[in-house]
Amino acid sequence: MAEKSATPGVAPGDRCAIGISFGNSYSSIACTIDDSPVVIANEDGDRQIPTVLSYVDGEEYTGNQAKALLVRNPKNTAVAFKDFLGQDFKSIDPTHCHAAAHPEDKNGTISFTIQDQVEGEPSTLSVSEISTRYLRRLVQSASDYIGKKVTSAVVTVPTNFGEKQRDALIKAAQAADLEILQLVNEPIASVLAYDARPEAKLEDKIVVVADLGGTRSDVAVIASRGGLYTLLATAHDYEFAGAQLDKVLMDHFAKEFMKKNANVDPRENAKSLAKLKAESEATKKALSIGTNANFSVESLAEGIDFQLTINRLRYETIARKVFEGFNRLVEGVIKKAGLDVLDIDEVILSGGTSHTPRIASNLRSIFPGTTAILAPSTSPTALNPSELQARGAALQASLIQEYESDDIDQSTHPAVTTVNHISNAIGVLTVSEDGEEIFTPIIAPETAVPARRTVHVEAKDGGNVLVKVVEGGTHIKVTKPEPKVKENGTKEDDDEDSDFDSEEEEEEHREKIWKIGSTLAEAAIKDVKKGGKVEVAITVGNDLSVIITTREVGGKGGVRGSLKAP
Amino acid sequence: MATATVVSRPLLALPADWSAEKDFKPIGSITAFTQRTIEPVGPHFLAHARRARHKRTFSEDDRIQAQERAQKVEKDEESEESEAEDPMMLQREAKDWKSQDHYQVLGLSKYRWKATEDQIKRAHRKKVLKHHPDKKAAQGSTEDDNFFKCIQKATEVLLDPVKRRQFDSVDEKADVDPPSKKEAAKGNYYKLWSRVFKSEARFSKQQPVPVFGDENSTKEDVDTFYNFWYNFDSWRSFEYLDEDVPDDNENRDQKRHMERKNTNARKKKKAEDNARLRKMLDDCSAGDERIKKFRQEANAAKNKKRLDKEAAEKKAKEDARLKKEAEEKAAKEAEEKAKTDREANKKAKEAAKNALKKNKRVLRGSVKDANYFAGGDAAPAQIDAVLNDVELVQGKIDADEVAALAGKLNGLTVADEIKAVWNAEVKRLVDAGKLKEGEAKNLA
Ligand SMILES: Nc1ncnc2c1ncn2[C@@H]1O[C@H](COP(=O)(O)OP(=O)(O)OP(=O)(O)O)[C@@H](O)[C@H]1O
Ligand SMILES: [Mg+2]
Repeated sequence: MAEKSATPGVAPGDRCAIGISFGNSYSSIACTIDDSPVVIANEDGDRQIPTVLSYVDGEEYTGNQAKALLVRNPKNTAVAFKDFLGQDFKSIDPTHCHAAAHPEDKNGTISFTIQDQVEGEPSTLSVSEISTRYLRRLVQSASDYIGKKVTSAVVTVPTNFGEKQRDALIKAAQAADLEILQLVNEPIASVLAYDARPEAKLEDKIVVVADLGGTRSDVAVIASRGGLYTLLATAHDYEFAGAQLDKVLMDHFAKEFMKKNANVDPRENAKSLAKLKAESEATKKALSIGTNANFSVESLAEGIDFQLTINRLRYETIARKVFEGFNRLVEGVIKKAGLDVLDIDEVILSGGTSHTPRIASNLRSIFPGTTAILAPSTSPTALNPSELQARGAALQASLIQEYESDDIDQSTHPAVTTVNHISNAIGVLTVSEDGEEIFTPIIAPETAVPARRTVHVEAKDGGNVLVKVVEGGTHIKVTKPEPKVKENGTKEDDDEDSDFDSEEEEEEHREKIWKIGSTLAEAAIKDVKKGGKVEVAITVGNDLSVIITTREVGGKGGVRGSLKAP
Repeated sequence: MATATVVSRPLLALPADWSAEKDFKPIGSITAFTQRTIEPVGPHFLAHARRARHKRTFSEDDRIQAQERAQKVEKDEESEESEAEDPMMLQREAKDWKSQDHYQVLGLSKYRWKATEDQIKRAHRKKVLKHHPDKKAAQGSTEDDNFFKCIQKATEVLLDPVKRRQFDSVDEKADVDPPSKKEAAKGNYYKLWSRVFKSEARFSKQQPVPVFGDENSTKEDVDTFYNFWYNFDSWRSFEYLDEDVPDDNENRDQKRHMERKNTNARKKKKAEDNARLRKMLDDCSAGDERIKKFRQEANAAKNKKRLDKEAAEKKAKEDARLKKEAEEKAAKEAEEKAKTDREANKKAKEAAKNALKKNKRVLRGSVKDANYFAGGDAAPAQIDAVLNDVELVQGKIDADEVAALAGKLNGLTVADEIKAVWNAEVKRLVDAGKLKEGEAKNLA
């Protein structure tokens, strides 16, 4: 095995770098043109390229062409292999390979037996080899588009992609003549894709990324602080993802087919099943755009053609359980992060399944109105959920491609990335209209240090003011509605929306309240002008020491003091 | 972040007595922090890395140290212990899924209804990794995929909230039997029953459920507990035990019949379950020393009240009796006094009468002694005239005057002296206007 340091790096000047999202179901490639990311279509015109590799008569196929071969050539078609990279046979789930080439254990290496030559015995192709061949095709498509040989890439990986898996992926890419500049976590790439938009503001926020894919759903809670991202919690779900939605439709159409065709079950024949699956997925995608979709397969089973329309409502009904599973998954990971839905500023829907309007509207319903739900159906400015990871990867590639690979290694070193994060907010006390002392945050909790934040606080009446710097925490205040007093007979029965109103009223009200924590320091600013403002700047150092500077905005002098590290 | 946010709420006013050197008072330090890994992604990270590295080169040791310090977000699946698989269970037929223990199939026996959705998913994945038939086939084994189907069925049931409730409703392995009287008597009464109710609480629509508590629970808590449980609102239902309804369209009647039968069976089981819970509560409360204690305390309080009341009543009665007696006594005494008074009066009157009689006799005797004021033998006319006048005078004076007159006359024997007394008396009476001039002239 080659040592890490022996990895051949490409000289920065010779690089042509892209971003790759390498999924179990689909992959995407992207580059940047004038610093903005562009997702590249392959020779078939696809931007979501099925992660499938198939051989017929010694000819290699990928993407949708290969996927189509699942019907007549499943044995020589490899699918859903990416997660197998760097794994032991005992720890892989072969479920999604059932209707394609099966993974096998060949002397401790996960392999497929595939007839990849015109003649002779079938070959034993390791997962690494399959990945190399697939990546080579992706790189080829990108090179064709860019018109220059792609040498390097940033590739996205799930947050639970282990060290061995990373190594295996890097090696598989190298074997395809592709230098991996960096592997980045998928949800982070999605956040970057949004944050890199020219109109995006740099804000401290808590972001949830729900990556709903084909074989897995991954959710991450991320603290975004001054453009630095920290994972607070993650969840991985292999039960509820796009494939389950395909299955819901497959069962639906199979049953309808059986009703009309003397109980012939298209699920019992491999070829019929493959056709059923392919068309169910296509129908599912169509239902993300239209309110009706047509399912149509020639010779679905026993030579019988089948054609049926389904409307979106029907689909949403039969898929309800899977949809509800997504809500629970998201709620669960927020709880795991020790947060509440009220703490979430943004929900980014990522992955192909996130195109589904109902999934977005279901999520919309569990978050407060102030939370942005970034999905095509809930936000007109949302990016294509299928493209986020490739875009983020391309952006990162363009950021780092000019660095020597040693330099990149050192910059991503844990000694650089492991830093202190403050657990509580730091802020000042202000006075509410009722004369109550209220915590006003300046630095948000879970901010990585060093960090510096500045606010301007009104000093309405002027004079001498106290800048009291304290820590703050939050709690969720739940107000139960007052039991409703029934108005007797005053309201007419035909008041149609009265029912609706009453339900609204009875919902409990939840709000996030700041609690005042321990005091850090006090400073005085004297003789502030009436209607003036006071600037408070707080800097927390690497070692968690604090420097506070405060002065009247536009005034001279000011106060500066520091606090010891804990 | 360069730009400053503007806060519209004003700062606090400076207290008049506030002072500090250079107007700054350091008070505390940051109290809580965690080491976490920031993602090495994006333009702001590049800036961070430049600052953090500052021409330094980090070694493999630095890497290990830093990684150890950082809080882990992804957890090791491997570290989870796994439940041994019962060989009998591995032999199960998938078609008998209704009778299978879904939790056991997934290796979650000890969690059962407490297993979280996440646990179920992870347990499923673990089982899939181990039992997937494609994997077994790839390894040359020809085993059937029955147990794999059992796993899939178990997962299907347990990941569907509705189906899971139906199964949990009839998951007897999660039941905790109520302790027998003997067991409960051994001193673990509260612990044993707590366990029963904790398990039973899983069926409550309302959560959280009040806890059973222990010997130190307050009366209020105990009351709340029993009130809650006697009004228990349970989601438990029994459709999981339904008999299979034929799925074909031909036997419509039979189908309807089966459905009706099932509905009735569910109702019956639900009623039985309610009765079971009720009985359990009755048994539990019957042996609950706290209830006895509270009852005794309540009784003692009530008794005290009653005794107080009784005593008060008794006292009132006694007082009334005494009062009555006193009154009666007073009345009697008064009566007796009146009687003696009357008698004394009568005697006095009699005595007075007698005295009067005697005095009158003295008066008459005096004139007789004076020989009716006649020298020699008195003529009967003279006697009559004198006695008439005596009679007249007597009639004009009262008893006291009679007595006084008699006193004066008593002992007198000399006629003149007697006459002088009478003379004076007549004169007094004439002066007083009681006698007219010339009346009783025989005595004058
Ligand atoms: N427009 C759409 N509407 C609904 N579903 C879609 C749409 N486009 C793609 N999908 C589904 O999204 C899933 C693929 O998601 P994605 O492209 O994120 O794949 P992936 O990351 O490779 O997934 P994984 O690694 O989880 O298998 C498939 O199930 C696909 O059918
Ligand atoms: Mg994905």
